[in-house]
Amino acid sequence: MNWTWFHRLASPPHFYRIAGQLLPWLAIPAALLLAGGIFGGLVLAPPDYQQSDAFRIIYIHAPSAWLSLMCYTVMATAAAVGLIWRIKLAHAVAAATAPIGASFTALALATGSLWGRPMWGTWWEWDARLTSELILLFLYLGYMALRSSFDDLTRADRASALLAVVGVVNVPIIHFSVYWWNSLHQGATVMKLGRSEMPASMLVPLLMCLLGSTLLYGALLCARVRAEVLERERQASWLSGLVK
Amino acid sequence: MNTATLQAPIVSPGHAAVVLVRRELRLAWRRWGQSLHPVIFFLMVTTLFPLALSPESARLRLIAGGVVWVGALLSSLLALETLFRADLDDGTLEQLVLSGQPLAALMLAKTLAHWLLSGVPLVLATPVALGALAVPASAFGPVMLGILLGTGVLSFVGGIGAALTLGTRRGSVLLSLLVLPLVMPVLIFGARAADLAIRGEPFSGGLLLLTAMLVLTVTLAPLATAAAIRICLE
Repeated sequence: MNWTWFHRLASPPHFYRIAGQLLPWLAIPAALLLAGGIFGGLVLAPPDYQQSDAFRIIYIHAPSAWLSLMCYTVMATAAAVGLIWRIKLAHAVAAATAPIGASFTALALATGSLWGRPMWGTWWEWDARLTSELILLFLYLGYMALRSSFDDLTRADRASALLAVVGVVNVPIIHFSVYWWNSLHQGATVMKLGRSEMPASMLVPLLMCLLGSTLLYGALLCARVRAEVLERERQASWLSGLVK
Repeated sequence: MNTATLQAPIVSPGHAAVVLVRRELRLAWRRWGQSLHPVIFFLMVTTLFPLALSPESARLRLIAGGVVWVGALLSSLLALETLFRADLDDGTLEQLVLSGQPLAALMLAKTLAHWLLSGVPLVLATPVALGALAVPASAFGPVMLGILLGTGVLSFVGGIGAALTLGTRRGSVLLSLLVLPLVMPVLIFGARAADLAIRGEPFSGGLLLLTAMLVLTVTLAPLATAAAIRICLE
């Protein structure tokens, strides 16, 4: 297999250009899908027979929860690639993903809490899903705190990458242990949303929101990595050619 | 002749690890007061709960497992800070990296010594704390075993955190931020087993899971710690 495309992609000027070209192709579909999905979810979809209008928060909550996990996977994968092959761009991707992932995790927790108030009668329940999401937020915050406490960029990259890899080994253990802990305390209180039992008028907007926010993540990542590359390569000659 | 000895280390990795453990223990013995600080901290934290909640023994017994575990977790975090700091300052750490021995084996020895020095005193202090929290003596054994296994995981996982924060300016708070989310499963299983033992119910499940986690961390954590040390020194 020919790997030259991979090495080309790893070169900052090339990636800077590609990411710039890719940005509108991700951002515009993301905006359309999210607008359509949210309109469909908030206006067109019928109210749930049990939860009435409160269920509509799912159109923000489910995509955030999905992205909180996906971002961590992307971050750890990029970090491992950076650590193993010493590709600086991979570190830039990991560094750019962390704040996005942390924001989505915080958003998932906040929307879950808002939903929990009318449904469970409480803002916070020590439910297994909520707790493991909270620990995930702590992992993101630890990663970002470690990054920001180094003066030297290379060291910050490598140290935080190692932490991300250690974290991703730990995530399944944390997830499992939290479920085990909770199941001993009380029965599951989460209302299971049967995906297949959902009518199409509710499901289609949800899928649009899921896809839209994933594309949104792609667009945000492109923009952030571009900014990251600019900062890292500020001494490079190819940049002075770009900025006239 | 000289170059040959330079190329091939005369000491086997196992022997080097034993020497390192003995060095750590000897250093700690010469400043034995320092290794007691985390234990004193542990006993003080335990004292805080009766003062804050109530001196009623029935209530204390209910929370004893959790209190002892949170105390042990915090005090072993406190002990982690000093794991590599002195060795970094006096250059020992660089010598270890340059020694030609597998760094992971040396880190295994270093963390093992730390476990002996921070975990074992905590285990020995546990009955005192449990007794003060009105726990029946029959539960002392299982809780102590749990603390022994748990502090092992904490030493090994914490070793990664301590090595990662070596190059940073404000290490201590950062260390807690990194290590605490990673060791939450230890707290969950350990405190649960302790609680069950105090109630007189079967507790072996939690201890077995702690043992599994200890085996996993002993196997993998020294590799990560060695990588972190290399990042710090490069």
